[in-house]
Amino acid sequence: MASFLFGAAGFVLTMVALGLVVILRRPAEVDHMMAAQLLGTGGVAILLLLAAATETPSIVDVALLLALFAAFAAVAFVRSASGQENEV
Amino acid sequence: MTILSVFDIGLVVLLLGIGASTIAAREAFAAVIGFVVYGLLLSIAWVRLSAVDVALTEAAIGGGMTGMLMLGAVARLRVAKGSDTRASLPARVAAGVLSAIVAAGLAIAILSPPEAIPTLAPMVMENLAQSGLGNPVAGVLFVYRALDTLLEKVVLILALLGVWSLAPDNVWGGIPGLRVYARPDSTLTFLAQLLPPVGIVVAIYMCWVGAKEPGGAFQGGTVLAAMWLLVMIAGLTSVPSISQTWLRVLVVVGPVIFLAIGLAGMVLANAFLAYPSGYAKPLIVAVEVALTLSIGVALGLLAAGPPERVQQQ
Amino acid sequence: MNLVLDIFTVSAVSAGALFLLAGTVGLLRFPDPLTRLHALTKVDNLGLGLVVLGLLPQADGPFGALKLVSIWLLVQLSGAIVAQLIAGAVRQRGPHG
Repeated sequence: MASFLFGAAGFVLTMVALGLVVILRRPAEVDHMMAAQLLGTGGVAILLLLAAATETPSIVDVALLLALFAAFAAVAFVRSASGQENEV
Repeated sequence: MTILSVFDIGLVVLLLGIGASTIAAREAFAAVIGFVVYGLLLSIAWVRLSAVDVALTEAAIGGGMTGMLMLGAVARLRVAKGSDTRASLPARVAAGVLSAIVAAGLAIAILSPPEAIPTLAPMVMENLAQSGLGNPVAGVLFVYRALDTLLEKVVLILALLGVWSLAPDNVWGGIPGLRVYARPDSTLTFLAQLLPPVGIVVAIYMCWVGAKEPGGAFQGGTVLAAMWLLVMIAGLTSVPSISQTWLRVLVVVGPVIFLAIGLAGMVLANAFLAYPSGYAKPLIVAVEVALTLSIGVALGLLAAGPPERVQQQ
Repeated sequence: MNLVLDIFTVSAVSAGALFLLAGTVGLLRFPDPLTRLHALTKVDNLGLGLVVLGLLPQADGPFGALKLVSIWLLVQLSGAIVAQLIAGAVRQRGPHG
């Protein structure tokens, strides 16, 4: 079972890597902003698979924080790039 | 080669690639995105190194807070100078050479370790039960190296003072210039209403679980800071001026309680920062709770930046 | 019983991996940022959901399973909102901004 889960984690890592390379090579800033969200889904999937494969429940907590901060980072990117921001 | 070593090599190659693209990026904004992605990926690498505590901190600090600080810096640069200001060639060469020297030094230190790596880890594990803690990292932070941990929290306050002191005299004690994403009824408002309750539960959980499992005050405090910033960015609550008493009390309450318990240890346990036997765990949990609050407020204010306006009555 | 659960895990995780593959293909092939956002925030979320579903039998008791589901819900929530935010940025700046 463990080696199947490791294999699946490796597969997801490949998908994330491909996605990241594509996203970060595109010229548009809006494409770059998607990078954090990609890690929010793919990175969480990798960590959950690793947690199950190594039977280390505390890795699930890392996935939890990764999900939370990926969302936070994505918001920060959009806000920073937005022309509508102003001081209130 | 096993599946695992293929996974690890792939992860390292990806990290190096993202790192290189961060350095090579021409736009500061693209470089910050690369850096944040690097931080989030690095937390997976720490998990593979069995350092779950570090992985948690990296996801929170590397992925969230540092990115936020750098985005603030990028925005400031845009306003201050325009985007295409490059350092002169000698300065760039000097920076490159110095970075290469540091990297080479680190590489030498890591690649040629002493034959028997000195470690106190077995002793920590042997004596951990006395403290009542289950997480050896928390044991080292709050029992064996409590002085380091205390000083680290004080450094955080000094860093905050450093940021505040960038304010011109006339706005001292004013409101930090955190820029607000001002769009009424936007989806961001919705997120800022839904996410913070979840985040606060996660922060309390992180702080509580830190005594037994990976986690602790720093991770919990960072989550609190991120949630506070989210609410302020969405404009749901105003950015407080830095002269507020409650705010300053919250910034120092963690280190003050830590210091007070440390001083009490001189009387009750015969040494500074020692805990009376049997009371170690409750005292450490109390310190962690206070530190979580202080770290949360301090990090939030660090990201909010120096004061830029005075309070309008 | 264990064998049944393991087969369930293997099939659900594989299906999840397939959707993550589809999401990546979408990121590679779709012509503009708005369509790519669909691949990123919908297909990938479904993939993660299937991975979580598959890992439920391996979870650390009912609370461990509940935590896994909560993480998926958290990613769902943030994915939906981040998609809206980025789409707003695309509308404001144009697809090449």
